[in-house]
Amino acid sequence: MSDTAFPRCCAGCWHSPDRPCPDLVACLEKGPVCHESDACAAQVGARNRARRRESPARPVVFVGTGTCGLGAGAGKTLAAIHAWLAAGAVDAEVVEVGCIGLCVEEPLVDIQLPGRPRLSFAKVTDKKVAPLLSAVFSDQPPPSEPLGQFRQDGAAPWPGVRPLDEHPFFAPQTRWVLANCGVVDPSSLDEYLARGGYGALAKALRTMTPADVCREVELSGLRGRGGGGFPTGTKWTIAHKQAAEQKYMICNADEGDPGAFMDRAVMEGDPHRVLEGLALAAYAIGASRAYIYTRAEYPLAIARLTAAIAQAKAYGLLGSNLFDSGFSLDIVVKQGAGAFVCGEETALIHSIEGRRGMPRPRPPFPAASGLFGKPTIINNVETLANVPGIVANGAAWFGSVGTASSKGTKVFALSGNVARTGLVEVAMGTPLRQIVFDIGGGIPGDRAYKAVQIGGPSGGCIPASQLDIDIDYESLKQVGAMMGSGGLVVMDDGNCMVDVAKYFMDFIQKESCGKCIPCREGTRRMLEILESLSRRPSTSLGAVVSPSNDRRIEQQFEALERFRSVMNLEHLAKVIQDTSLCGLGQSAPNPVLSTLRWFRDEYEAHVYDRRCDAKACRELLVYEIDTTLCKGCGICIKQCPSDAIVGTPKSPHHIIPERCVACGSCVDVCNLDAVLVH
Amino acid sequence: MTLEINGRKVEAQHGDTVLGAARRAGIRIPTLCHYEGLPPSGACRMCVVEVEGQRGLVPSCAFPAAAGLKVQTHSARAVDARRTLVELLLANHPDDCLYCARNNECQLQDLAAQLGVRRRHYFGGRTPARMDVASPSIVRDPAKCILCGKCVRVCEEVQAVGAIDFIGRGSKTRIGPAFDEGLNVSSCINCGQCVAVCPVGALIETRAIDEVRAALADPKQIVVVQHAPSVSVSLAEEFGLKPGTDVDGPFVTALRRLGFAWVFDTAFTADLTIMEEASELAHRLAHGGVLPMMTSCSPGWVKFVEQFYPDLLPNLSTCKSPQQMLGAVVKTFLAGRIGVDPDRIFSVAIMPCTAKKFEAGRPEMGRDGRQDIDAVLTTREAAELIRMYGLDLAALPPDAADTPFGERTSAGKLFGASGGVAEAALRTAHYLLTGHTPDDLKIQALRGLDGIKEYRATVAGTEIGVAAASGLGNARKILEQIRAGRKDLQFIEVMSCAGGCVAGGGQPRSASPDAVRARMHALYVIDRDAAVRASHENPGVQRLYAEFLEKPLSHKSHELLHTRYERRAPVM
Repeated sequence: MSDTAFPRCCAGCWHSPDRPCPDLVACLEKGPVCHESDACAAQVGARNRARRRESPARPVVFVGTGTCGLGAGAGKTLAAIHAWLAAGAVDAEVVEVGCIGLCVEEPLVDIQLPGRPRLSFAKVTDKKVAPLLSAVFSDQPPPSEPLGQFRQDGAAPWPGVRPLDEHPFFAPQTRWVLANCGVVDPSSLDEYLARGGYGALAKALRTMTPADVCREVELSGLRGRGGGGFPTGTKWTIAHKQAAEQKYMICNADEGDPGAFMDRAVMEGDPHRVLEGLALAAYAIGASRAYIYTRAEYPLAIARLTAAIAQAKAYGLLGSNLFDSGFSLDIVVKQGAGAFVCGEETALIHSIEGRRGMPRPRPPFPAASGLFGKPTIINNVETLANVPGIVANGAAWFGSVGTASSKGTKVFALSGNVARTGLVEVAMGTPLRQIVFDIGGGIPGDRAYKAVQIGGPSGGCIPASQLDIDIDYESLKQVGAMMGSGGLVVMDDGNCMVDVAKYFMDFIQKESCGKCIPCREGTRRMLEILESLSRRPSTSLGAVVSPSNDRRIEQQFEALERFRSVMNLEHLAKVIQDTSLCGLGQSAPNPVLSTLRWFRDEYEAHVYDRRCDAKACRELLVYEIDTTLCKGCGICIKQCPSDAIVGTPKSPHHIIPERCVACGSCVDVCNLDAVLVH
Repeated sequence: MTLEINGRKVEAQHGDTVLGAARRAGIRIPTLCHYEGLPPSGACRMCVVEVEGQRGLVPSCAFPAAAGLKVQTHSARAVDARRTLVELLLANHPDDCLYCARNNECQLQDLAAQLGVRRRHYFGGRTPARMDVASPSIVRDPAKCILCGKCVRVCEEVQAVGAIDFIGRGSKTRIGPAFDEGLNVSSCINCGQCVAVCPVGALIETRAIDEVRAALADPKQIVVVQHAPSVSVSLAEEFGLKPGTDVDGPFVTALRRLGFAWVFDTAFTADLTIMEEASELAHRLAHGGVLPMMTSCSPGWVKFVEQFYPDLLPNLSTCKSPQQMLGAVVKTFLAGRIGVDPDRIFSVAIMPCTAKKFEAGRPEMGRDGRQDIDAVLTTREAAELIRMYGLDLAALPPDAADTPFGERTSAGKLFGASGGVAEAALRTAHYLLTGHTPDDLKIQALRGLDGIKEYRATVAGTEIGVAAASGLGNARKILEQIRAGRKDLQFIEVMSCAGGCVAGGGQPRSASPDAVRARMHALYVIDRDAAVRASHENPGVQRLYAEFLEKPLSHKSHELLHTRYERRAPVM
């Protein structure tokens, strides 16, 4: 559905973008303000009820086609639904929605029959479409249990089906930012309006001064959701007070942390919420031009935002003299090339300016001199998506949820070794344990929890001993992690923490912009040191000549060198934190420091015992053939790339440790599980 | 306002950085990427200091001085951090200092020594790098590059050329021209300012010393040398003498002892250039020619116009530069006069400039398949040659350049400073238009280090608007005004390098603004004290016209002393 023309109730409506109506949003919500007409009011009411799908006349099938859904095959599911409906000549509406958050169960399909609440089904691949639709449409028991049903006034609930919000994944959540995601059609402005959308913008522009908006947001205690956690209202006030003819507002949608997809989901699933938040921010600071800076790897988000901007313009919700208030706003979607560092404010600004995305020293801060040298405020997607709620419901409402220092909710992208991966939104102060074990459903299989990596490459790992912290900005800092943008990767005892540190160090040293020495040169050396810890014993770090050919002494010498390199690792980490130009570099050592802090024993096992208990560092593993199990089939001999396995057919084989390169291919091919690894 | 640095009270003004305040107070904080006059880049982090109340160390180059600030510039934490940074740079740096052109004048080497780096702590891979030797003027050795970015900034922000930039990300970051190709196919104008600011050996001039030595050692060749007006006032610094010392006389002696058969002064053909250029200006003024006329003696500037302002090529004077004029008369007039085949002459130019190497190779700068100039040495290379031959410049007796191209006026000498060509040209233009030389020759408005200097001269009742720009970023400003329709300028002098040839890309590297000012001042002193101060009064030039060239803009001078330009694609 694309709402490109303003829905005029009758000829009495005179609103146009050239001559904007001050009561536009109220009119779209409740009926005309400028003239009295029961017919018009009824028309508007009916339209909004239809847009909320309170009592649809024909069946509706919803398919989650966010990027996560599409990745799980929602495209094929959608085609199968259309095919099934066409084949049976069934009259039903098919709606594509965004991601509701339960990514592990994608593709998700909801069915709403007239008079019945909306039912959610998990993992509806294309092959499952026909049996599912046949059953539900003919009132038969569905082939698989539904996830749950929506709560809906006036509809007869499905017996024996729990409400979706009582599903363990959803029950502990507080869904504000994600309220519409996966529920509404993100390509429809009318659906957003029917749920109160743009009401906050109308309220602000009609009844509040920019300073009022700044104050309200400041009072709410909203802090930046992109990482730093700086109070949003305070930042706005600084820019608001700057006297300048031109100011800019930027939405930082350059989501780049590995394992983070919160912003993408909001942009794809509820783009108008982002636009409304951005418009409110622009009004508050006095910017007439705003940018949404996102990465070209988010094509769906870009398409949704671009369409949403066009719709909002067509309705007069963006453009000049909005609601006849004198405030004008243009929003431009700017695509970046996907450099991680472009999420840093000053690098992002350079990128929009058409320059190479490299940070510059602050001061001057962007609030004083930013894009094209003008006062500029940059807020992350989730931060802005919180703003309409604050303006509509007031600071007190927002502050009623959360902890003393961190108000409201936080969206996390839950991934890794956890039963239910997906997007969750919880009140600040929710215990970490609840997120991992209740919402996430704990660790699958017979594995044990080891750590949660939070905050991406700038964050840290939280061990089991700290699972009971209540998550907010301060508590995370205390345990050596940080909120970051909200990636939350769960790790079990099959994850090696040296390996995890290595992964993030590799990421950083590739994504460093290369400008400042500590970040560029330091992180690569840190990576090399970490690599040396998990490398085969025969190589020591660097071109140090070994003092003796005696193997035992050599090994001691190497252990000493490794020990020294770990000392260097900590020293480097400190210098990089201390001297790097931007936040990327300053926080780059965090994954190493936090794993060193909580999992030092694992480092020591790597350094001294040359052992990786998680069996993740392949080169440290010793391979051995269990002669009681081996039947001498010879398949491993053929597979071995280094001729390390000897043996005659039909008698047990042996591995020569000196030759073994620890590639693991013998393990993979052995049908008898006769290759032991320790 | 007063702040406290290392426990001492230090005065600072609004707009000062901690670095600036500390330096004035005699506290040396090391830097690698700091570039006086440009906004701080904050890349090298070498200038980090401890500021009370700040969490991490802060870069003093970017941190504004404020009243009451408490700063520790050399705390253990700051010094340790600096040392670690240098160690990290060294871990990715080739260990061939003894073979490096910058050995003993390398800022990284100095810093390592200062910070007591005596042991390797970091080992591991080095960024792979490929040398770029394709440019006629500049050799890039990215293996030695420490990515301070000064070359990128001078090229973009001072010269407005932008031939090089950062490429790649993370530890694979490197600096290079577009598409990571050679400088020869880039928009590089060969000015060598990048070479001048490079703190290490990653950028050096393309060396011509070995060719010159081979020619000097070849008895069949007659090796002729010329030296540019700004060289004699800059060379001294290479020998530990005070900036601004004029070593013209000893320099000539040194060149003779090196074995050059003829030693000429490029200032002679600077006078000749003025004769041609002033005549061309008078001609354009009188005959409705294309105005404003722009000078053409700075080869980087010429390529700049060819690439970026081809629509303004008709505004460029058709005069060759003094180097090429001397080259032309050496292989024609001199060869005829001494009766040798021009092929036996090897013509060397000692220039403050790397672009002159490019200019000498331009196909139109010669005739009969022979280039007029065979090798160009920078001031630095000349110094190297003198040292190589064991000559102590400070102890050499003075000597004078050879006739017929040894006589010069101080007007020709002024070519070495920005504004000097305009000043010299006005002296002669005045004479050409009125028949007499003005009494007061000095034009203060055209002197000094300002990037754009303007002056309105009234000659024979006609007002001539004159502008002198140095640094191509400044030139670009004027060209944009011309494009936008500015009409009050008739004559524009442009020098590629900020300050003119005294700050050229081939000059001694120590060039602080004070050193450049001293070099400039030396030229002004020469002009103040000279007997003959206008190019048309140069008896040697008058003789050359009488015996060979006939008169300015004659057929002969067009053939030998004038040239043409062509539109160039910025990136090939």
